[in-house]
Amino acid sequence: MSTAAIRIQAVTKSYGALKALGGVDLEIAQGEFFGLLGPNGAGKTTLISSLAGIVRPDGGSLEVMGHNVVSDYRNARRNLGVVPQELVFDPFFSVRELLRIQSGYFGIRSNDDWIDEILASLDLTGKANANMRALSGGMKRRVLVAQALVHRPPVIVLDEPTAGVDVELRQGLWHFIRKLNRDGHTIVLTTHYLEEAEALCGRIAMLKSGRIVALDTTENLLRRFATHSLRVRLQQPEVGLALGGAAAEEGGWIEFGFDSYQDVESLLARLREANAGLVEMQLGAPDLERVFVEVMNRA
Amino acid sequence: MRDPQSHVMPAPAPRIEPMPVDSPLTGFRTLLYKEVLRFWKVSFQTVAAPVLNAVLYLVIFAHVLDRHVTVYGDVSYTAFLVPGLVMMSVLQNAFANSSSSLIQSKITGNIIFVLLPPLSYREFYAAYVIASTLRGLFVGAGVLLVSLPFVDLPIANPLWVLVFALMGGAILGSFGVIAGIWAEKFDQLAAFQNFFIMPLTMLSGVFYSIHSLPQIWQNVSHFNPFFFMIDGFRYGFFGQSDTSPWLSLGVVVTCFVVLAVLTLTMLGRGYKLRS
Repeated sequence: MSTAAIRIQAVTKSYGALKALGGVDLEIAQGEFFGLLGPNGAGKTTLISSLAGIVRPDGGSLEVMGHNVVSDYRNARRNLGVVPQELVFDPFFSVRELLRIQSGYFGIRSNDDWIDEILASLDLTGKANANMRALSGGMKRRVLVAQALVHRPPVIVLDEPTAGVDVELRQGLWHFIRKLNRDGHTIVLTTHYLEEAEALCGRIAMLKSGRIVALDTTENLLRRFATHSLRVRLQQPEVGLALGGAAAEEGGWIEFGFDSYQDVESLLARLREANAGLVEMQLGAPDLERVFVEVMNRA
Repeated sequence: MRDPQSHVMPAPAPRIEPMPVDSPLTGFRTLLYKEVLRFWKVSFQTVAAPVLNAVLYLVIFAHVLDRHVTVYGDVSYTAFLVPGLVMMSVLQNAFANSSSSLIQSKITGNIIFVLLPPLSYREFYAAYVIASTLRGLFVGAGVLLVSLPFVDLPIANPLWVLVFALMGGAILGSFGVIAGIWAEKFDQLAAFQNFFIMPLTMLSGVFYSIHSLPQIWQNVSHFNPFFFMIDGFRYGFFGQSDTSPWLSLGVVVTCFVVLAVLTLTMLGRGYKLRS
C-alpha cells in the first residue's frame, strides 16, 4: 500500500477559548483531487496552515508523503506546495526573480527550465521580467500558484485560489490544475464555489466548527444527502401544496423533492388526477450546494 | 459543469518526486542573497542616504569643534569623530535592515514565502543578521571613504576595527530581528528605534570622549553597551580608547551571545511568526 499523500491524526488547535480544530482525522491518497469545504471559521485554513507548519497544533500529528510536519519538517515541506488565500507578494522583485528565489529556498539553484514551463502554463511568460507591483490582481494570483509549484511538490494545496478571480482566469487555472492532477500531483482544494468543488473533486470533506462532519466521494455525498427536485407552476397552486409541495420564494413555483426519477411519474399522475393544471415544469438534479446546506444544518 | 472522470477514485498515478536539493546550504544562501538584493535594489535610500547623513554630521561638527577640541592628547577632533560616525552608521543601518525587512514582510503578508520552505530557524537568523551586518558595513565603508579627504586617519589595529564592526553589525542585526518580529505596526518599530536605539547610539561617545563628561555620566556610560562597541572600534584606529579594549571586546561578545540566544529562542518557538 502506497504512502498517503496527507495523513492527519487527531489534530487539535485552540486559540484561547476558541477551538479551531477539535480532533481532525483525515487521510488523502496520492493522486486524489480532494475538496475541503466549510463555512467561514470552520477551520479549513487552520488545518492547511498546520500542514504547512505555519500553525503549531496543540495535539495530534500531520504527515505529508509520510514525513511528519514537525519532526521531519524539511522533507514534509519539500513535498508540499501551498497557494495562500491572501493575495500577497514581494514588491522588490520581478516575477522571474521571485520564482528563482523561491526555488532557492527549497534548495534548487538552477531551475529555469521548470520555471519557464510554469510561466508558459500560467500564461505569464510575457510578464516574467515585470515587477510584481505592475501586475493585475489575476496575474498576481497566477504568480502565487507558480511560487507554490517551483519545487514541483507532489502535494499541492490551494486555499481559495479563485476568490475574486474572473471567469476566464478561473477556467484557465482549473485547466492547469487538472493537468497537474493527471500528471500525478495530489490536489487539495478549499473553495466557497461549491460548483467548482463538485466539478473537480473526487472526494470531499466538510468541516464545521473544527470537526469533519462529512467525508465521502462526491458521488456518494450527492447520492446520500441530496434529493432530486421537481418544480412546477400550476393553474391551481393550492392543489400542489396539498400534495406536499413547498412554495418557492419567487415566481409561484412549487417544489417537490424525491429520491429517484421513478417517483416523477406517480407525482405527475397525482397532479393530473387532482386537476392541478400543469403550466410549466423544471427538473433539478442534486447539487453540492444542497448537500452542503443539509450537512451543515444537520451537524 | 460536472466532469464524470473526476469523480472516480484516482487510478494509480505516476509518483511525483520533489526536485532534488542542490546543496543543504542553498536555502540559507538564497535567503541571504534575497535580503542583500532587497537593500541593494534601493541602495540610494539604504546606503547613499545614510552616508550623506553621516558626512553632514562630520562637516558640521568638525567645522565647529576641530580647532577647539583635541582628544587622547594629540588626536584632532575630526579624526576622533570619523570612527564614531562610521560605527554609528554600521549600528543604525544594521538595525534598520533586519527590522524593516521583517516588519514589511509581516505587514504585507509575504513573510509566508520564507515560512513555507524547509528553512530552519537558525538559517533564518543567520541570513537576516549577516545581510544586516553587510548593509552596516557597506554604509560604514561609504562613510569612511567619503571622510578620508577631510582627515588624516591612522589605522593602528585593523583587526580590532574589523572585529568590532562585525560584532556591532551582528548585535544590531539581531536587535532588528527581535524588533521586527515583536512589532506589529510601523509606529511600534519607530518607537523601538527612536526611544531605544537612537538614544543609546547618541549617548555612546560618538561625538565626544566620555572623559569630557562629569564622573557620574562617565559611570552611566559604562552601562551602555553601544559605548563599548564604539570605544573598541575607535581603539582599532588610534591604539587608544576611553576604556580597556579587552573590556569592550568582552562586553560586545557577551551582548552578541545573549542577543543571539534570545533571538534564536524566539525564532525557534515561532514567536509571532508561527501561531
